[in-house]
Amino acid sequence: MKLTVDGLLVYFPYDYIYPEQYAYMLELKRALDAKGHGLLEMPSGTGKTISLLSLIVAYMIQKPHHVRKLIYCSRTVPEIEKVLEELKNLIKYYEKSQGETPSLTGVVLSSRKNLCIHPDVSREREGKLVDGKCHALTASYIRDRHERDSSVPICQFYEGFNREGKESMLPFGVYTMDDLKQYGADRNWCPYFLSRFAIIHAEIVVYSYHYLLDPKIAEVVSKELHKEAVVVFDEAHNIDNVCIDSLSVKITRRTIDKSISALQQLEKTVTQIREEDAARLTAEYEQLVEGLREAAVQRDTDMILGNPILPDEVLNEVVPGNIRNAEHFLSFLKRFIEYLKTRLRIQHVVQESPAGFLKDVASRVCIERKPLRFCASRLSSLLRTLEIPDPSNFSSLTLITHLATLVSTYTKGFTIIIEPFDDKTPTVSNPILHFSCMDSSIAMRPVFARFQTVIITSGTLSPLDMYPKILDFNPVIMSSFTMTLARPCILPMIVSKGSDQVTISSKYETREDVAVIRNYGQLLVEISACVPDGVVCFFTSYLYLESVVGAWYDQGVVANLQRHKLLFIETQDSAETSFALINYIKACESGRGAVLLSVARGKVSEGVDFDHHLGRAVLMFGIPYVFTQSRILKARLEYLRDQFQIRENDFLTFDAMRHAAQCVGRALRGKTDYGIMIFADKRFSRSDKRTKLPRWIQEHLKDSLCNLSTEEAVQICKRWLRQMAQPFTREDQLGVSLLTLQQLQSQEQQDKIEKQAVQK
Amino acid sequence: MTTSSEDVLLSVNYVRYKKGDGTLYVMNQRLAWMLEHRDTVAVSHKYADIKTQKISPVGKPKVQLQVVLHDGTCSTFHFVNPAGADAQAKDRDQVKMHLQNLLPKFKRQIDGELEMKSRLLSLHPTLKHLYEDLVISKVINSEEYWNTPTLKHYTESNNIKQEAGVSGAFLADIQPQTDGCNGLKYNLTQDIIDAIFKTYPAVRKKHMDYVPNKMTEAEFWTKFFQSHYFHRDRIASSSSKDLFGECAKMDDHAIASAMKHTTLDLTVDLPQFIEPVPLLGTEEEAPLEKEKGDTTSIHRNMIKRFNQHSIMVLKASHKTNSSNNSSSKTSNNNKLIENGVKDTNGVSKRLAAEKSEAEPPEKKKRILEKIHYEDLEDRNGNEDAQELKLSKVERYLMGPASQMSQTSSHGNNPPPLSALNSICLAWSSGQQCLRPVRVSAAAAVGALGELSPGGALMRQHHAASMAQLIPPDVKQELHRIYLSGGELLRELWRCFPQPGAGPEAEDASTRAENFYEALLRFRNVKLRPFEEKMLRDLTPLATSLTKHMNQMIDTACAKYALWQQRQAKLR
Repeated sequence: MKLTVDGLLVYFPYDYIYPEQYAYMLELKRALDAKGHGLLEMPSGTGKTISLLSLIVAYMIQKPHHVRKLIYCSRTVPEIEKVLEELKNLIKYYEKSQGETPSLTGVVLSSRKNLCIHPDVSREREGKLVDGKCHALTASYIRDRHERDSSVPICQFYEGFNREGKESMLPFGVYTMDDLKQYGADRNWCPYFLSRFAIIHAEIVVYSYHYLLDPKIAEVVSKELHKEAVVVFDEAHNIDNVCIDSLSVKITRRTIDKSISALQQLEKTVTQIREEDAARLTAEYEQLVEGLREAAVQRDTDMILGNPILPDEVLNEVVPGNIRNAEHFLSFLKRFIEYLKTRLRIQHVVQESPAGFLKDVASRVCIERKPLRFCASRLSSLLRTLEIPDPSNFSSLTLITHLATLVSTYTKGFTIIIEPFDDKTPTVSNPILHFSCMDSSIAMRPVFARFQTVIITSGTLSPLDMYPKILDFNPVIMSSFTMTLARPCILPMIVSKGSDQVTISSKYETREDVAVIRNYGQLLVEISACVPDGVVCFFTSYLYLESVVGAWYDQGVVANLQRHKLLFIETQDSAETSFALINYIKACESGRGAVLLSVARGKVSEGVDFDHHLGRAVLMFGIPYVFTQSRILKARLEYLRDQFQIRENDFLTFDAMRHAAQCVGRALRGKTDYGIMIFADKRFSRSDKRTKLPRWIQEHLKDSLCNLSTEEAVQICKRWLRQMAQPFTREDQLGVSLLTLQQLQSQEQQDKIEKQAVQK
Repeated sequence: MTTSSEDVLLSVNYVRYKKGDGTLYVMNQRLAWMLEHRDTVAVSHKYADIKTQKISPVGKPKVQLQVVLHDGTCSTFHFVNPAGADAQAKDRDQVKMHLQNLLPKFKRQIDGELEMKSRLLSLHPTLKHLYEDLVISKVINSEEYWNTPTLKHYTESNNIKQEAGVSGAFLADIQPQTDGCNGLKYNLTQDIIDAIFKTYPAVRKKHMDYVPNKMTEAEFWTKFFQSHYFHRDRIASSSSKDLFGECAKMDDHAIASAMKHTTLDLTVDLPQFIEPVPLLGTEEEAPLEKEKGDTTSIHRNMIKRFNQHSIMVLKASHKTNSSNNSSSKTSNNNKLIENGVKDTNGVSKRLAAEKSEAEPPEKKKRILEKIHYEDLEDRNGNEDAQELKLSKVERYLMGPASQMSQTSSHGNNPPPLSALNSICLAWSSGQQCLRPVRVSAAAAVGALGELSPGGALMRQHHAASMAQLIPPDVKQELHRIYLSGGELLRELWRCFPQPGAGPEAEDASTRAENFYEALLRFRNVKLRPFEEKMLRDLTPLATSLTKHMNQMIDTACAKYALWQQRQAKLR
């Protein structure tokens, strides 16, 4: 349908629309008009992506000077693929109704691993190895060498692209990973570099968070993107953690060992080259004297990882004299590594600030701050000069130079924690140095500053006011939408006690209590007996899952469970889990029904959807607090308190509730779907927890559903399932939760939607 | 009468039958005997009718051959070749050989059908009653009986029997019992053993290796129950003592290889979810391995075993399913996934041409499926309707309780009269009554509640009190009358042309006539005697018991009369 959103003609590729989709577009348009940032929460499975795409594409077509580019960031590869398909749908719809393709190019950028079509390289399974091998075939010095000696292998696809690809632009249309590969294979062009090149001009870019948030990658990939762009972070409930991870470094003893051996190898190469071709090293030295700006001229193939620090911090100075010489630099690194090694040799936990660390480095091994800052770029320059064919062997060493650069660049918002052993196994020495970022706004700030509009959206962003605080930005719009429903297709319940009236809770004091574990088991068995097809359970941590499963086996709960459904359990091995998952789906599809035990914050909870029959009921056993004893977390909490005035408890509850909501939200997709959401912990019924759930869940969580025993919950489930089993037709939905164009245009609906969008 | 169209395979002279000499003909379809110097065939047996042949023992003075028919009668042929006993035996053997070759061909045909019918009747008591009431009492003939749609359902669809899958809890269901003197007793049935073998091929292999050569069946299972393999919370001992030590390893291998060969669906391929940071990759993978022998590793191991168990159970039932009916539509989706050949890598797929052909459309389909909103899009007509196949028709027609009702308590509550009446009304007024009008969800749930015991509609229902008043044998009988009467009624109603449907075939009217007459016969032969008996035995209830049945028959008859009139007018 073609609809008008606040004066903007929007092509929406479906015949009907949900009212909240319209409201969402309305809000989104306001943000675009204001050229400001926005925060939007809309229930999962109500068509966020297509609303976003339809509106922004319409905006770009009609006001090309206003918004010139859409950068759509999503979290997982399947999500990215889904976005592209939706975009294709939309463009197809434009084509159908306008008779011509809109002059837009949409392109995906993914890692080499996903895009490579080189027959040998693409066979590698690990991304790291693909990157390394690719580099070994495409680096400028390898290609130079090939000029001289044609027996040196190069990549024909890159050569093809390099010869012809840069002159022409991709024809208008949407390119998924497969399309790119096909396009590349047809022309003998490398899809990866084609896509890297194409994103500069393409109107719509879809890629992973990292490409924008991680300064190491962003510098290489996203440097030249327009400023008049809309950046969308979808599924952004976890965005602060992504930011933090991209700036944090973890050094173990293995990293040290590996980097020492890498260093030795480098030394050997340097002496060898010094004997054979000293001119090369001198040339590098000269170049370094001139400054690092030279690096910009470097071919794009030479850079795999950029500087770990942020664009506005990028150094425009000359590399200090004491590390310009290759040998000097290597011995400098050696000293630094030795220093780290001694720091790891400790008996108790040490926590210090970057400034303290720098001071200690200076006093112990006489390393100044300034040369440390240049470590990362100096190492990459050296690797280039030495013509190292496969830099993947030097990843540990690269990591250490990143640490050096980061620690000497940022003094605020970071902390260094050195732990001699894992808290669970105090006897095993396993020292780890965490260089941890505590401020998620550091990585976000340049994005907010650079782009005109940044939209952060997800199904679960409640409470909304937390995000502007922790990401440190000023949104012009901030809205949460509910779901209009013609029938109550979600059934959230809080089960607070078992059938024996014992309170159930994953509180630290009671979580190992036999009665609690038994009651959890009882609840699951009863639910799996009355709910058809798939049932998914989330535990608060993997350790807890393990111990509960052990106890359940002894108590016979597992046997009871197996009587009703097949049992699958998430493990820490993700390949194994994938296999279990695929069988879980099979079991659900064959009608046998299955139970999946999984972990909140785990990979499953973050990336797998359990829509329709794959998840008719989701149980959340306990509140998924983070492991509060972790020192990194403690440091972060402290920082948040001091810098942003966020109380520890508020943040912890916020974090736990967003994960809980994320877990249960996996069950729903679209309004024809339905699912039970059970929060099995007494603490959920407290108002500080309840009010932090997304509004669309809260609305259905009536007071009568907040303090149930197992039997009561099962009774309610049965009644509800019977109701859901009745045929549900479009006629039931129309006018309430589904609108035709006419209905949408009626004054009454407009008012209703207006109201919905305004209240927050 | 031996028509020329029949080939005579063999003719033997000098055969005596019932003291008359004649010639025996072995023909295509039958065995015939003609008296000498006559033209008529005195004896003719179709091969299909012959059950067996018998011959006299070698030493006997008379050389004879006897054919036994299905109805129990038999004919004996005496070979009297004047050339002597040897020639007689030779004649007989020739006939015997021919018959031996011919009989099985016809036998299979007839027997298969008969056997199936008798098996059906013995399997389903309802059908047997129906048969007794309708066929044996000669209300309708047997052919008509087998052609009724209810029966057709049984005869056609029931041939493929679905094999039951394995219960997920079969191991847990082997409840050990203490035998009082510090021992445990496990109850093992053939079913359980089958389930174990099906699910755990490794155990079957062991079983084949060891039983009965190295140990007895009982010893084997004792060992099995003692092993860690059965007790999943025990850690596998590395000692070679445990017979099933390798089983676990074999399972691991099987699962690992299955893992390698399965296409991971895009949406669950966890390792590929996150785009890694180039070069730095994932470092911390190996240290996890070290923690073995820890207390948690018992649980970890157990979890692994639970997953394996579920996967294998699923595989076991999947195997049998797919081998039996490959057209199972439900597993459509995952089958396709299995078919797609793909590396878990997902990168190399482009290269091998045949791989890439299978892969992207599948992947794309999967994504499209994921992003599709069925309610946002206009319905297009190509919903391929799936046919409902019922394996137990009576369950559908009468609800799951009906099978038990054969045995005892559950009464034959006639369906709510009002509902039936309305359907009858709708029908007799020429309306199509294929599907009830859809009611809203809330109303349907409400109606369910009202129809449950205690609901408004169930309160005045006097069936409960009636059920107590009627002795069980009468109840049984009434039930049977309803069953057979209902069958006839249904048939009759089916013969009437449906409104809107085109002109019916001619045979509809003859069929209708047949069933109309059958219905009248039924009333005379079955219903009337029952009523009389009731008048004698159960006076107060007698009329009310059959009132409804009579009403239904009257309605049908009235409709038939009306229809006949119209037909007559049309002509």
